[in-house]
Amino acid sequence: MNRYWCNLVAALHRLAATPVATLLTVSVMGIALSLPAGLYLSLSNLSLAAGNLNAEPQITLFLKLDAGKETTRQIELRLKDYPVVKTFRFVSRDQALKELSASGGLGDVTAGLTHNPLPDAFVINARENDPGLLEKLRTEAGQWAGVETAELDSSWARRLNALIALGKQITLIVAALLSFGLIAGTGNTIRLQILTRQEEIEVSKLIGATDRFIRLPFLYHGALQGLLGGVAGWAIIGISVHVLNNSVAQLASLYGSSFHLQHLAWSENFSLLGFSTLLGWLGAYLAVGHFLRHFHISHR
Amino acid sequence: MISLSQVCKRYPGGFEALKNITFGVEAGEMVFVTGHCGAGKSTLLNLIAAIEAPSSGTIIINGQNLGQLRPAAVPFLRRNFGLIFQDHKLLYDRSVFDNVLLPLEITGFERSEAAKRVRAALDKVGLLKREKAMPITLSGGEQQRLCIARAIVHRPSILLADEPTGNLDSAYASEIMEMFKSFNQVGVTVLISSHDEQLIERFSTRTLHLQHGELAP
Repeated sequence: MNRYWCNLVAALHRLAATPVATLLTVSVMGIALSLPAGLYLSLSNLSLAAGNLNAEPQITLFLKLDAGKETTRQIELRLKDYPVVKTFRFVSRDQALKELSASGGLGDVTAGLTHNPLPDAFVINARENDPGLLEKLRTEAGQWAGVETAELDSSWARRLNALIALGKQITLIVAALLSFGLIAGTGNTIRLQILTRQEEIEVSKLIGATDRFIRLPFLYHGALQGLLGGVAGWAIIGISVHVLNNSVAQLASLYGSSFHLQHLAWSENFSLLGFSTLLGWLGAYLAVGHFLRHFHISHR
Repeated sequence: MISLSQVCKRYPGGFEALKNITFGVEAGEMVFVTGHCGAGKSTLLNLIAAIEAPSSGTIIINGQNLGQLRPAAVPFLRRNFGLIFQDHKLLYDRSVFDNVLLPLEITGFERSEAAKRVRAALDKVGLLKREKAMPITLSGGEQQRLCIARAIVHRPSILLADEPTGNLDSAYASEIMEMFKSFNQVGVTVLISSHDEQLIERFSTRTLHLQHGELAP
């Protein structure tokens, strides 16, 4: 235990001994990490902003303004028998107006109305997501008596979701590429460390040091550097969110919303730090491994 | 303790540093290896310490055949040795104390016990008062004694010294040789290479003569 502690302290001393180089390396790592993490955070904020929207396929039947109770009842019966329909609910015109006034940003608009312009409506959730079946239901229902129009209204939400999914894939690719870059970068700084300590390694090997003994300080150095890089990335994201939040809140208030950007959750912060530490460790492991495989004690 | 049988060492390019070397060293023995520069003294010690591998022949140390040793086992074999180098191989970025501490760190000694042993080793070579000094401030003879302290601190069963008196004046040289003799008297097997025949003649110990890579009768 003692030995691990000594190694950790020694690695800290080495990092502190070259403050400028350490700062440069750590900020490069931080910037590289903040890119995918920032992308990820933007996407999760975007899906949070869109979170209230139902992405399930939904068809709304708007009834004619003069449709009576009897017509409504007949439509209800037809919907109950229709195979693709999973659930449906009736939204009366009064209820619709109330929901509209309560929903984000439109309260002021509805307050100025003298009479309710909204029709009665049926909101239908379909059993399947097959666009063909949904389209068939929409055209059929549109021709029923008492129905003014039928709208398949989930398409834009689904498009947004598909865009977010695409964005997440792009984030993954960016993250994978930058991880590789970070491993290579750490490997290089560790390689330089090894070069400056080559004499020590040679003497240690001569007096019976195992590869494990030689590897350990470099692993600590790499992991510690990775951790500091993670902290830098975390700080970059935290400051950016803080700075952007004023503008975002202002923009949201224009839409009557109280939306504001979310920071990374604690678990996500820990993942970021853990991941960057792991990358640093891995870079160091590869660099020392490569060195040890090709190192032979020099002799006169 | 040390046993070589028909050992040859050929370097790439065809130079034969050692030819058909066969000899043994008993536990607790003190043996000199002499010969001119280039006679193969350093190569012989490097083969015994598993720093180089022989081209043919077998070397057995403490019952272990070096040719059959896994690479992972080599560090543990080396811990049987105390190695003393002509160029000292000291680490100039750390104090005298920390230089001697290194072998104990490698074997994973507990810190306070290690400190005791380091001071005991420094005391034996007369450097106890210089433990905080940096090696670069020591004289050539002191650096050689520091190298010896580092070689004996983990109490090895075999001391291998390659030209330990190479760069020293004769007074210092015989002082160092007396030191080796005292280690031998407490049971350590000692193998010393030297080209200084006059110095060796003053010690009545077994001497192996190397000539052009061969043992002279």
